[in-house]
Amino acid sequence: MSFEPEILERLERDAKEIIARYPKPRSALLPMLHLVQSELGYISEDGVQFCADTLGITPAQVTGVVTFYTQYKQHPVGEYHVGVCINSLCAIMGGDQIWQELSEHVGVGHDEATEDGKVSLERIECNAACDYAPVMMVNWEFFDDMTPARAKQLVDDLRAGKQVAPTRGATSVCSWKQASRVLAGFNDGRAGEGAPAGPASLRGLELARESGWVAPEPERGAE
Amino acid sequence: MTTLTPILTKVWDRPDSFTRAGYEANGGYQAFRTALGMDPDAIIQAVKDSGLRGRGGAGFPTGLKWGFIPQGDGKAHYLVVNADESEPGTCKDVPLMMADPHVLVEGIIISAFAIRANHAFIYVRGEVLHVIRRLQQAVAEAYDAGYLGTDILGSGFDLELVVHSGAGAYICGEETALLDSLEGFRGQPRLKPPFPAVAGLYGGPTVVNNVESIASVPAIITNGADWFASMGTEKSKGFGIFSLSGHVTRPGQYEAPLGITLRELLDMAGGVRAGHRLKFWTPGGSSTPLFTDEHLDVPLDFESVGAAGSMLGTRALQIFDETTCVLRAVLRWSEFYAHESCGKCTPCREGTYWYKLMLKRLEQGQGSEEDLDTLLDLSDNILGRSFCALGDGATSPVTSSIQYFRDEYIKHFETGGCPFDHAASTVWAGEM
Ligand SMILES: Cc1cc2nc3c(=O)[nH]c(=O)nc-3n(C[C@H](O)[C@H](O)[C@H](O)COP(=O)(O)O)c2cc1C
Ligand code: SF4
Ligand code: FES
Repeated sequence: MSFEPEILERLERDAKEIIARYPKPRSALLPMLHLVQSELGYISEDGVQFCADTLGITPAQVTGVVTFYTQYKQHPVGEYHVGVCINSLCAIMGGDQIWQELSEHVGVGHDEATEDGKVSLERIECNAACDYAPVMMVNWEFFDDMTPARAKQLVDDLRAGKQVAPTRGATSVCSWKQASRVLAGFNDGRAGEGAPAGPASLRGLELARESGWVAPEPERGAE
Repeated sequence: MTTLTPILTKVWDRPDSFTRAGYEANGGYQAFRTALGMDPDAIIQAVKDSGLRGRGGAGFPTGLKWGFIPQGDGKAHYLVVNADESEPGTCKDVPLMMADPHVLVEGIIISAFAIRANHAFIYVRGEVLHVIRRLQQAVAEAYDAGYLGTDILGSGFDLELVVHSGAGAYICGEETALLDSLEGFRGQPRLKPPFPAVAGLYGGPTVVNNVESIASVPAIITNGADWFASMGTEKSKGFGIFSLSGHVTRPGQYEAPLGITLRELLDMAGGVRAGHRLKFWTPGGSSTPLFTDEHLDVPLDFESVGAAGSMLGTRALQIFDETTCVLRAVLRWSEFYAHESCGKCTPCREGTYWYKLMLKRLEQGQGSEEDLDTLLDLSDNILGRSFCALGDGATSPVTSSIQYFRDEYIKHFETGGCPFDHAASTVWAGEM
């Protein structure tokens, strides 16, 4: 295996910690693949071999898992991986137009990265944020209520190295590798950043407050 | 008139709602203290009595599911929370976990205690970074407070809770595929029976429940089963989060008793966007047959929606106005199903692939009315013949759109293309 000793040491230490979370070691495979991405940015052959060796399974078994899940990348992605939701609702609300204009603007297509390695684009499926359509994601942080103009500005800013803030999430977008580390189960201490909820999440609550609507009171003496 | 009943959503506007301090300031982490002093079977009974039915789509009675876990079998039991939320249109669990992860943690402690599980997992989709941070933080805070770990608050009950991120696969929301995924494999559904309650995670008795189901448990313990059952309809008790999206003036989350209607919800959300009218909608995500403006008064409970030909699903109300091409929506959903089919069984794998090819051609206006019969035939060969509900779900948009909008399909053939101006459907239509 051709990892730098320093990287290998870190991978081994972190993998051990991941494996310890589970009753059975094989359960550690998905987080370990996120961990590999946090070091390398994608799942290289060495990364596959590392997981196989650590868990005592074959590289083919690891590759079978890697190819099943879209978040595992088999080639390098950008430092900022940008997704545009093109599932029906977002597409219709403007996601298709955003994708088209953005992809032209950046000059790369689905699953491709810019030459400077800064940004890659992906057509993503519904990201559980339909009330904020059209939705985009950068390194899996929410960019809600997007327009073609805002989408292009966002990517320009990312390529220019400016800090960008998601609409709902941390105060700034971290790198792809840093995000992957969180997915591997390593808390980066940033949970406290950002608001609890975006405006659409609060619409019903606000209306209920204005209207004086509350849930029924429990009867006294109820357990 | 039905009004909103903020319960789960009630604290979401507190700036510190996602912290333990914020949660406790609102009375949080009291219910599990009560629960740890109860007989576990009494908790199961309370959840049965409440009438709570699974909020993940199928509506299976939660207490009944818990009751299937064999007791005194000497085996390790597991609780797995399904936080995969990937059904198109569904967007309630993600804001819940973002704003109030502790209510889920408290629900997990109570539920695990009830089914005698000492190990629980939150399987959260991997594409929601900040939600995962909030969950990790909440779990860490609960450990620090002694609410998780060994001998919780001196009760003798031990519980380990792990936040486990998925990696992008809709099928992993199907509970047995989820278990395979959690065991470190490709997420492919298992043959049932045996059901997870008998042989689930690592072959042990396992309860898989949706986020909102488990998050509803603390309120049931605090306020009582009768309180919960006082809301909703006869067979669909309690409250739920209704998610309005699409061509609606104020899209968002509206928490209400089951049985509320779309007419009432739309009214609260300011109606269909100005100058437009309702064309079609999904009651419970893309896997539930489409409804139209004929169905505005269908009570949104499991029975009534079923009787009207669809499913309550996840209360994911995606609203489309008259500018929308129904073929375009259905084609895109079909592409989604074709992409997400795990490939294990032929009707789904091949069927969704053919849907995609055929609908693409039809949307471009190349087809004839005969093709609609072929599509319906194809649907017959998928529905009920697929290994899991993904295949069945894939047929819903296709068959229901042909049922309600056959003319629109034909119009595509007549005009030799899509008769709609897609720009008119966008959020910024008329502004640019
Ligand atoms: C393709 C497919 C995707 C699903 N996705 C989810 C999901 O993301 N979240 C969820 O809770 N249930 C999902 N389900 C339903 C689960 O299989 C299961 O019924 C549910 O988690 C049980 O929890 P409940 O009884 O609390 O609803 C899905 C089912 C299928 C067939
Ligand atoms: S119905 Fe589709 S998703 Fe389900 S097992 Fe068959 S191929 Fe896989
Ligand atoms: S359709 Fe785009 S977030 Fe749901």
